Amino acid sequence: MTPSRAAFAAILAKDLRSELRTLQSLPAMALFSVTTFVIFRFGLDRTSLSGSLAAGVLWATLLFAAVLGINRLFVAEREEGGFDAIRLAPIDRSVLFTAKVAALVVYLLALELVAVPIFAIFFLEDAGGLGPLVLVLVLTDLGLAATGTLISSMAVNSRARDLLVPLVLLPLAIPLMIAATGATEPLLSLGGPSYDRFGTWLMVLGLYDLIFALVGYAVFDFLLED
Amino acid sequence: MYGKGLKPLSIATVAMLALSLSLVFFYAPLDADQGFIQKIFYLHVPLAMVALVGFIVGGVFAVLHLRSDDRKWDAYSYVSIHISVIFGVAVLITGAIWAKASWGHWWVWDEPTLVSFLIVFLLYATYYPFRYAIEDRDRQARYASVFAVTAGAFVPLNFMAVRMAQSLVHPRTFATADGGLPGEMMLTFLVSLAAIALLWTTLVKFELTAKSASGQVKRLRRALDAPVGGGGSRIAPEVS
Repeated sequence: MTPSRAAFAAILAKDLRSELRTLQSLPAMALFSVTTFVIFRFGLDRTSLSGSLAAGVLWATLLFAAVLGINRLFVAEREEGGFDAIRLAPIDRSVLFTAKVAALVVYLLALELVAVPIFAIFFLEDAGGLGPLVLVLVLTDLGLAATGTLISSMAVNSRARDLLVPLVLLPLAIPLMIAATGATEPLLSLGGPSYDRFGTWLMVLGLYDLIFALVGYAVFDFLLED
Repeated sequence: MYGKGLKPLSIATVAMLALSLSLVFFYAPLDADQGFIQKIFYLHVPLAMVALVGFIVGGVFAVLHLRSDDRKWDAYSYVSIHISVIFGVAVLITGAIWAKASWGHWWVWDEPTLVSFLIVFLLYATYYPFRYAIEDRDRQARYASVFAVTAGAFVPLNFMAVRMAQSLVHPRTFATADGGLPGEMMLTFLVSLAAIALLWTTLVKFELTAKSASGQVKRLRRALDAPVGGGGSRIAPEVS
């Protein structure tokens, strides 16, 4: 195993283990999502959702819950000296970026494992669209993770940490949300799932993921410079 | 240092703007269906194009800054984005005026070009709170450059995604069935585009000059106030 791959595995394992032991982000993200669903039920005055409304409620909630997790992504690194350790280690520094993206993807998938079934129970008439929805969820999580990790690593060193992440991340996440809701809306439509432009939206998601993963990987080294 | 050539550039800009305005009002023909209101197009579209190119240029300067670590590129990047954001405000306002006059609404959501531009504008508007929240000067410059690069990569992606989400189209004046703009309108448009591009360049140069001058004044002030001998004053040579 090359040093980079070993470092990637080590950082990812450390993050997951730490999250499992302290349970800082995940329960908060899950609880936030469920409470937000309840708020939407009353805010929209509806007990069942379909089509564009369902897609919008689901993705807005997942996005804001993701921001909660993204805020906390690098806090431990900053406070416990993780950044210094990476600077000293004889490895490619972008490994920290890829490991954190992977960790964030895992957190988001874990969140969706809880939030999406609950969303279906609360609001959906039939669960036929949930299967293909998994594909949309995975691709969107990758994009959200890449952009979120990049912004989080910059925000953690600033004064207004918790403000900066939502401020800068949300405009960047808009194309992702456009594509995600575009793909989800026909899946959750009243008459059963349809795949109107499904492939195109998946391609847009894939393109976004590719671009931001590459950009993040390329610039991360500059972010770690002292 | 930056001020060289600022005066001739400003004069050229004023001349071009005067020329373009006279062409708009006295030379370009009236549009068949929109009439006089269409003339705001000669201001709105060049502003939008120059603002977007300005954002990309800011991203390019940011790349240069990251690669060379020379702070002047960071200054160029910052000022490019600054002037482009201001032009962006002008785009949104002139666009709203045009929309109200020709479609009856100040803002419409089903025009992909409007929405894309709004999103790009909102993103670059976060550049300032983002930048100033980072205290360490070097880090601030580096992170701002990373932001500019990321945002530059974002611009085309955003336009594509928003366009895909819509069915209606913004007036595609350059690609209509009958071949696009007639000759006089095209000439007026190109002159306006050149004038706005010159305006952008002049404003960028102006702001860089002003910043550089105030930076020099600050440095001199600091050197004057520094303790004699111990601190290593920048004016007096070191005495061994």
